[in-house]
Amino acid sequence: MAGPATDPRAAAPGAAPPTRRGTEAVLLGFAVLLTVLAQCIVDLTITGSLRPEMAGFSAWISALWVVAHLVIRKWAPYADPLLLPAVALLVGLGLTVIHRLDLAAEQVESTITREDAPVQLVWATLGVALFVAFLVFVKDHRTLSRYAYTLALAGLALLALPALLPASMSEVNGAKIWIRVAGFSIQPGEFAKICLVVFFAAYLVDKRDVLALASRRVAGIELPRGRDLGPVLVAWILSILVLVFERDLGSSLLLFGIFVVMLYVATERSSWLLIGVGLFAAGAFLAYNVFGHVQARVDTWLDPFAYRDGAGYQLVQSLFGLGTGGLFGAGLGGGRPDQVPVAKSDFIASAVGEELGLFGLVAVIVVYLILVERGLRTSLVVRDPFGKLLAAGLAFAVAWQVFVVLGGVTGLLPLTGLTTPFLAYGGSSLVANFVLVALLVRISDAARRPATPPAAAPVRLGDAPTEVVTP
Amino acid sequence: MNAPLRKVAISVLVLFTLLIVNVNYIQVVRSDELRKDSGNTRVLAAEYDRERGAIVVAGTAVAESVPTDGRLKYLRQYPQGELYAAVTGYHSLIYNNSQLERAENDVLSGSDGRLTLRRLADLFTGRDPAGGDVVLTLDPAVQAAAMAGLEGVTGAVVALDPSTGAILGMASTPTYDPGRLSSHDPAAIREYADQLDAAERDPRLNRAIGDNFPPGSLFKVIVSAAALADGEYTPDTVVPAPTELPLPNSTRVIPNFNGSSCDPSGQQPLIDALTISCNTAFAQLGMDLGEDRIREMSEAFGLDGERYEIPLRVEGSSIGDVEDDAALAQTSIGQRDVRMTPLQAALVAATVANDGVQMKPYLVDELQAPDLTVIDSTEPEEWREPISADVANQLTEMMVSVVARGSGRAARIDGVEVAGKTGTAQVSEDVADHTWFMGFAPADDPQIAVAVFVANGGGTGGERSAPIARQVIEAYLDAQGD
Repeated sequence: MAGPATDPRAAAPGAAPPTRRGTEAVLLGFAVLLTVLAQCIVDLTITGSLRPEMAGFSAWISALWVVAHLVIRKWAPYADPLLLPAVALLVGLGLTVIHRLDLAAEQVESTITREDAPVQLVWATLGVALFVAFLVFVKDHRTLSRYAYTLALAGLALLALPALLPASMSEVNGAKIWIRVAGFSIQPGEFAKICLVVFFAAYLVDKRDVLALASRRVAGIELPRGRDLGPVLVAWILSILVLVFERDLGSSLLLFGIFVVMLYVATERSSWLLIGVGLFAAGAFLAYNVFGHVQARVDTWLDPFAYRDGAGYQLVQSLFGLGTGGLFGAGLGGGRPDQVPVAKSDFIASAVGEELGLFGLVAVIVVYLILVERGLRTSLVVRDPFGKLLAAGLAFAVAWQVFVVLGGVTGLLPLTGLTTPFLAYGGSSLVANFVLVALLVRISDAARRPATPPAAAPVRLGDAPTEVVTP
Repeated sequence: MNAPLRKVAISVLVLFTLLIVNVNYIQVVRSDELRKDSGNTRVLAAEYDRERGAIVVAGTAVAESVPTDGRLKYLRQYPQGELYAAVTGYHSLIYNNSQLERAENDVLSGSDGRLTLRRLADLFTGRDPAGGDVVLTLDPAVQAAAMAGLEGVTGAVVALDPSTGAILGMASTPTYDPGRLSSHDPAAIREYADQLDAAERDPRLNRAIGDNFPPGSLFKVIVSAAALADGEYTPDTVVPAPTELPLPNSTRVIPNFNGSSCDPSGQQPLIDALTISCNTAFAQLGMDLGEDRIREMSEAFGLDGERYEIPLRVEGSSIGDVEDDAALAQTSIGQRDVRMTPLQAALVAATVANDGVQMKPYLVDELQAPDLTVIDSTEPEEWREPISADVANQLTEMMVSVVARGSGRAARIDGVEVAGKTGTAQVSEDVADHTWFMGFAPADDPQIAVAVFVANGGGTGGERSAPIARQVIEAYLDAQGD
């Protein structure tokens, strides 16, 4: 994984490397098969018969991945073959668990209530459409660096919008992170995350030489110059503002973590990590002492069972589900994941753990790990610094988000309001993450594409020719 | 930028490993704890999906699961609810399990390891996994007589087979209907529980084992045992028996019951002192023997303060702290801090009946798999031997005298020699006394040992408790004679 990057061109100069599209097709087939099988098991276990829409669903989900695959074949033939299948598996499992929870609600209330799985399928379709559109229209990821400052503005606007809107249009369960218009709910933070990662990449590639300058050594660590602390302080203040005005612990932690890690990768200076951790500690201390909701979150995290009937109810129910699931789980349709409030979105991982057991949940974590490590590998292999930093930022964003969310629902970390990428119910998150993966696919294609005449797109920020690629 | 990238990749691996380790910790290490947590309704709900085993007395189910058409597939029923409530407990959606429903839950629910192999087989044969049955040692005739005897009073009855320790009867009043706590209607369950909560004395408490009480004069049997143990005393040894006994270093005195004189001469043989339950004689005897010998004999009989399981949890019995001789005098007549569960009283009688060997009491005779094959059965086990057979015989002689011509005459049965001892314990000035009787029969070949406790019923052990013991003994001997 973290071994030497095998550059196909080094092995066979001149010869075109294998595109590995066949591997991708087989893995996608496997993902579709698992999805349909899991859906059948859910229906048979809970209702005893397959629902009439099953054939339509199977055709639809197959069509989604076939289209995505064909578009990759045509417009990104050298893309990493594991990215899309990992996403397909997660989306398929998410749809299955959401459908399973739809059925549980019907069982309890004996009537057809709102069905969320078909809605999620529509969101997935929209996600794939954006994925396709991105690959078709963005031929070279480096074009994005031209719009870095525009994207930064857009990202900040998206981030700030819910805070500026009245609570009736933006607040759900205490967090002001929504835009609710005409029956639609959008979580703009998910899109802001991608815009800001693109901006960070462009900005840091531009400024990394300056930021890498050290002024003095303290206790064996080279510290940056005081005046260079500006950007990290801005990121820090931004995160604190998100926490204050939107009460969104998750996004705050996510944005700051991504920025610090990208800063570290860009400058190769571990002192930035130390400064980041220090600022984080200061922010955490401040937040804990100033904001009641943060304090409540932490107290609940430390001893959820003390608040089992109140603030800790959700987490305790989640732990009950996981514990009852044990090694092998209750089987799809065999557990009671509906006992956990909002199991479809925030706590979907505990539903997976309850019904598919430790093995199922660890498998999901490993699929995420594959997705992230393929992203980081892309970053290692790609030559242009912007692409390198962008891929690293995006891959780490997924890793960090998964860690914070799964850590939250399993009691390892305090709970945050972040969503589980690809798995959880929620349109904004799903669509935004499809765009994120489209970016990774695009960069990975550039990484493995055989050397052809350099891309026509003018490079403004990246100074690729001077980059020393360590063999 | 590749060097930090590799470090980031490794850090991500570490973070995800943390997640996986934590998930392992929750789903494997803490799995059992979380599964069994009282707040986790999953397991309970799942338990209603399969047939829970029955609790069986003499071939008849006293707790059983019957199929329903509702969302919960099985309903727990207690056909003779109030009669066996103290032993069965309830199996409630809201209040979880109690008594045997709790103690034997693993077998009843089918999750016990001894049933696992069969359950794997169930998986392949497609049968619904079912729980195992718990077969009790109780005797229906004894149980019915005990509950009939306790009607209208608060109290408890325990009956044992002295030679095995098998519990033949265990009754506690006031009682309740466990079926109403085990229904599928949460509102009705809560309403009934509120009603029980409002009762002056909680019907859900099994007073035979769940609480301990001052035994009063029952304790004189243990003092007698301590006196007889090293041969210094015999039943015929004459002991001082004044009308009033001044307490050392105190202005208070220990009187006899109703202030009567035990013997005009101020002294009497030990057997007579027990027969009429002479307080002054035993208070003096206790002080003469000293705290150590009283305490040693008490602990030898099981008054050691330890809780144990039969498999229901039994509260400990003990003589408490004894600060001085005045306290020792009061302790010797079963007052002060002496506390016994009714089961402990029955055990003392059973030990005397069984030539000084105390058998470990048990309530569960057999555990059966759903196909009725036996997966476990309880073997009688010698538990303690506080006294020799000789001392046991001397005590039997003295206890026979109690019933034949002393305070326990109400326990006499025509044609059967009954041995016993009465007890009347003062609780406080303004509350009626507790009354006790413990005994066994027939004296020469003991078949049953019994203890009867009536809480705050007033009167004396001879008046209130001995007749109940007689009914229970008669019911058992009659049933055995058939």
